[in-house]
Amino acid sequence: MAPSRRSPWPRRLLIVLAVIILTLFLLLPLLTVFAAALSRGVAAYGRALADPEALSAIGLTLTVAALVLPLNLLFGVAAAWAVAKFDFPGKSLVVTLIDLPFSVSPVISGLIFLLLFGLQGWLGPWLAARDLQVMFALPGMVLVTLFVTLPFVARELIPLMEEQGTEEEEAALMLGAPGWRIFWRVTLPNVRWGLLTGVLLCNARAMGEFGAVSMVSGHILGLTMTLPQQVERFYNDYNTVGAFALASLLALLGLLTLVAKSLLEKRHPTPGV
Amino acid sequence: MMARGTILPGFTLSLGICLAVLALVVLLPLAGVFLHAAGLGWAGFCRVAFAPRALAAYGLSFSGALLAAVINAVAGLVVAWVLVRTTFPGRRLLDALVDLPFALPTAVAGIALSTLYGPHGLLGAPLLRLGVAVAYTRLGVVAAMTFIGLPFVVRTVQPVLQDLGTEPEEAAASLGAGRWQVAVRVVLPLILPALLTGATLAFARALGEYGAVIFIAGNVPGVSEIAPLLIATRVEQFDIAGATAIAAVMLTGAFLLLLAVNMAQLWQRRRREGV
Repeated sequence: MAPSRRSPWPRRLLIVLAVIILTLFLLLPLLTVFAAALSRGVAAYGRALADPEALSAIGLTLTVAALVLPLNLLFGVAAAWAVAKFDFPGKSLVVTLIDLPFSVSPVISGLIFLLLFGLQGWLGPWLAARDLQVMFALPGMVLVTLFVTLPFVARELIPLMEEQGTEEEEAALMLGAPGWRIFWRVTLPNVRWGLLTGVLLCNARAMGEFGAVSMVSGHILGLTMTLPQQVERFYNDYNTVGAFALASLLALLGLLTLVAKSLLEKRHPTPGV
Repeated sequence: MMARGTILPGFTLSLGICLAVLALVVLLPLAGVFLHAAGLGWAGFCRVAFAPRALAAYGLSFSGALLAAVINAVAGLVVAWVLVRTTFPGRRLLDALVDLPFALPTAVAGIALSTLYGPHGLLGAPLLRLGVAVAYTRLGVVAAMTFIGLPFVVRTVQPVLQDLGTEPEEAAASLGAGRWQVAVRVVLPLILPALLTGATLAFARALGEYGAVIFIAGNVPGVSEIAPLLIATRVEQFDIAGATAIAAVMLTGAFLLLLAVNMAQLWQRRRREGV
């Protein structure tokens, strides 16, 4: 099959070039994170992770992700059910809107919620009068994280559900199954691996989001600092080990997500992209 | 609104949830940017949106993202071709590595790149001895933008190259075309739309990127300050109007560019089908 008569050298040259590109661009930055985190030894690494500010950042990041994931799951499943199983006018517009958050700059994603809920915003004075704190508090951070992660679950589910069609569900309906049972017993088992991939990607982004959250968190130490923001704070304070120790946790999360995603895709290939 | 073609239940409920969330979380907040910007009036909008510092920031963001997209188009094409058409030990690992910028949080990428390319970094120190300063310059901005954009090109070109197979190349070669001729006249035109799409996605991502860029950029106003950072700075100074005007320009610019590329692709497809 391979054009074996020709010289193998251009091919080998391209392989070397690709390895150099990936090493310089991707592998070295990744290794830098772990090398810098461990630069003062394992004991310093452990101390950095046990720092009270670090622990509170870890806690807040877990809280935000735990609040965002169920909301995202509800939206993703509802959106995929409507888009993949039915035909309706304006469907392509809805699909475009679902994808929209991916093409908005994180800073702008944060700004738009500031415009809505901030003191100078539309709802700001109303909220302030009732002593409801949305900006520079947990609700605002959950909202912007929901915005930036909105497409993940829906995007993973829509192609899967479209490919599976509606015959199985229709058969279940003919046999008298009610709507919820059709979803739990027929649709969900068919798309569960895709759903898991979407949730994993959504979780990685929710825990790692930096720009959008930093616009609405207010950077209150020990209160509204998520992991990525604490990384920034430590780094800017020249606490290199502290910054990279926390960064290494996020990098590990990213690596685990990549491994899980490639395992899931190998076992259950997604149609289309 | 009525669903067509199926008898399944749950249409109203699922579409209702979908539209309610989209309206509350996406549409309403985004519309706020343009309504706020409109509230400034035309003269007021132009004064803050096109101030010299803002113009310099747009210039850096757009030109940096463009340069990064071009670098990514070339590097991404090489990587995609090697991953599809060759086998060597470690190829699978490299293939998995490509998605790293998608999975690594941007702030982590930012401090890693800034350390790596910094004056004492593994790459920064030798480059500095050669007289090339990367960290805290515009070059650093391009380096960070290239990092986050690479997977877009590889992952868009890879499946097209895979589907293409080796037949067109072998046919051309059997007709006597040289290796270079096959690459430029046969393969490149076939994967050009995918390459263009990937580069556009990389461009759009680089344009809005914040976390990966701000640590390695010098953030000197007018020199190495990207537009998203200027928006954040304006907000920190409680200049919400200034931030909104710049955000409106960025959103409009990105939208027009994506629209132009989509239309160019459509036109190219029509022309090819017409022939």
